[in-house]
Amino acid sequence: MEDASVQRIMRDPHFRELVRRRSEFAWVLSAIMLAVYLGFILLVAFAHNLMAIKIGGGETSVGILIGLAVILLAFVLTGIYVSQANSRFDDLTRDLKEGLER
Amino acid sequence: MKSLRPLALAAAAMALDAGQFVAHAAGPDLGTAEKQGVNVPAIVIFVIFVLGTLAITYKAAMATRSASDFYAAGGSVSPFRNALAIAGDYMSAASFLGISGLVFSSGFDGLIYSIGFLVGWPVVLFLIAERLRNLGKYTFADVASFRLDPTAIRSLSAVGTLIVVAFYLIAQMVGAGQLIQLLFGLDYLYAVVIVGLLMIVYVAFGGMKATTWVQIIKAGLLLVGATLMALAVLVHFGFSPNAMFASAVAVHPKGEAIMAPGGFVSDPVSAISLGLALMFGTAGLPHILMRFFTVADAQAARKSVFYATGLIGYFYILTFVIGFGAISFLMPDPSYFKVGADGHYNKITDLLGGSNMPAVHLANAVGGSVFLGFISAVAFATILAVVAGLTLAGASAVSHDFYAEVIARGRVPEQKEVRISKISALVIGLIAIYLGYVFQKQNVAFMVGLAFAVAASCNFPVLLMSMMWRGTTTQGALIGGVLGLASAVAMVVLSKAVWVTTFGHPAAIFPYDNPALFSMPLAFVGIWLFSRLDKSRRGALERAAFDAQYVRSETGIGAVSGHIH
Repeated sequence: MEDASVQRIMRDPHFRELVRRRSEFAWVLSAIMLAVYLGFILLVAFAHNLMAIKIGGGETSVGILIGLAVILLAFVLTGIYVSQANSRFDDLTRDLKEGLER
Repeated sequence: MKSLRPLALAAAAMALDAGQFVAHAAGPDLGTAEKQGVNVPAIVIFVIFVLGTLAITYKAAMATRSASDFYAAGGSVSPFRNALAIAGDYMSAASFLGISGLVFSSGFDGLIYSIGFLVGWPVVLFLIAERLRNLGKYTFADVASFRLDPTAIRSLSAVGTLIVVAFYLIAQMVGAGQLIQLLFGLDYLYAVVIVGLLMIVYVAFGGMKATTWVQIIKAGLLLVGATLMALAVLVHFGFSPNAMFASAVAVHPKGEAIMAPGGFVSDPVSAISLGLALMFGTAGLPHILMRFFTVADAQAARKSVFYATGLIGYFYILTFVIGFGAISFLMPDPSYFKVGADGHYNKITDLLGGSNMPAVHLANAVGGSVFLGFISAVAFATILAVVAGLTLAGASAVSHDFYAEVIARGRVPEQKEVRISKISALVIGLIAIYLGYVFQKQNVAFMVGLAFAVAASCNFPVLLMSMMWRGTTTQGALIGGVLGLASAVAMVVLSKAVWVTTFGHPAAIFPYDNPALFSMPLAFVGIWLFSRLDKSRRGALERAAFDAQYVRSETGIGAVSGHIH
């Protein structure tokens, strides 16, 4: 790409909005995943009694539910990102590209 | 015969507390991989798999003309197929047999590993996948060296790739030899040679197309097999997890303790360090990163990760059910154990074949000898598919990064580069067979851990900083990357797994099992500091070149696009 068009895109409000929104979103989701995972490890290390509590009179423990919830959360977070990316961010990218062609 | 323990450890990638694990494995007969009788259904099913994949390899070889075909399957893999291939790279025989084996022996603790392996995926999606696809062509070094000096950065990336591939490959080869000896009744050496030769054929002739298809077929077979097993367990308990857990607690020697964290995470520093290595190592594994170039564009890369995360999470839940099912089905039945003269047996350590076998025995318990053969064949296929992907990543680092860009300075005809890649695959395969043979009696448990630690401490920081931070210069990336790489390797060598277990010194110099908590920040700080200190003209030009890279990475404008056939 030529310098002039790079600079034009860098100044384009569509581009700035796309990049700002998407990276904010991605960093927030990454931080959530990291925090939840480290939290899980710390619970495993320090909250043994909490993790061993049985739920509703059955054998299923809090620990197992939390573990499954972390697996589910990983999938849900990727789903949230992809749905946002497919709609909001792809729309912004398309606007940007159309704007550049004009 | 030799202990099967390395596989379980390699499976779990790295014991959160290796000592604890060894304590689990302290029984007299545990892990003895005795050669079993020849398993006919397994061999028949496996031969069908091999013939099928060789036919695919032949077709792929006919259709592989350009370098793009060879390295990236022409960018023609659909997102869902790519997701299956990515999941396949992750669902190694070690994670299937090893994690279900851990659940069998310790219950809840098995889940800790699965989660560690899984949570890296969302981060790959949020920070890496789309940018990587927009900037690169065949390897992650394409991206890291986009605006930096190709000679320096590609050399560093190729070294990082080869170290990760080498350690991962040795662990897989040793595990393969021992597992196949156990499941098929083949000699260790034959098993290693068969795995090595088949992976050379897949990679050298079929390139990424064949490697991807082998992985897709295997992932499909493994998911079907594991689903059937888990369903058989759940049907038995009327789809009530409570009934399943209650039955397991009733027969397990540890009783209620299997429902809560056991002794794996006794040291939180090691645990967090391991967690970081697993999470960010995933984002630096060269054979995984290559898969983002096999799809058409950034959208397809993004969808691949989404599906792959779902498939991998689903698979780990299956291994959890399989492990608990194995407790209920196998523990009360003496025919799965080495029973002592007095009729007693240890329900954890006396399992026939050792600690990796619960899933295999459960296949027999719920589906008879034909299903046992099927699961054994799938385990073999799994190893083959994973080593093929690793070999391709290693061969690409040699030919595309090292030979074409560093030695030939980018002046090499495409056909010659591909030929060199094929020769590299052959050489890597032969070396892998040799190392598999040499390391047969060694404890290779630390090697997968080291592979993840190097990926997290060298490949990932260099890649992320070159993409995200304008200030990154060649000097910074090179020094920071080398710091991360060297410190990760040094700390593993000085840790208990190598310093004490392998070298026989009395005490470890580095007190934790995994170095990532220290080596990763060292790499990032190194990149930042030495980029800041870089006052060279070249450094200034590299900072100035960030805008063009940034625009392309964020929008895909100017990206190399794949084509759908």
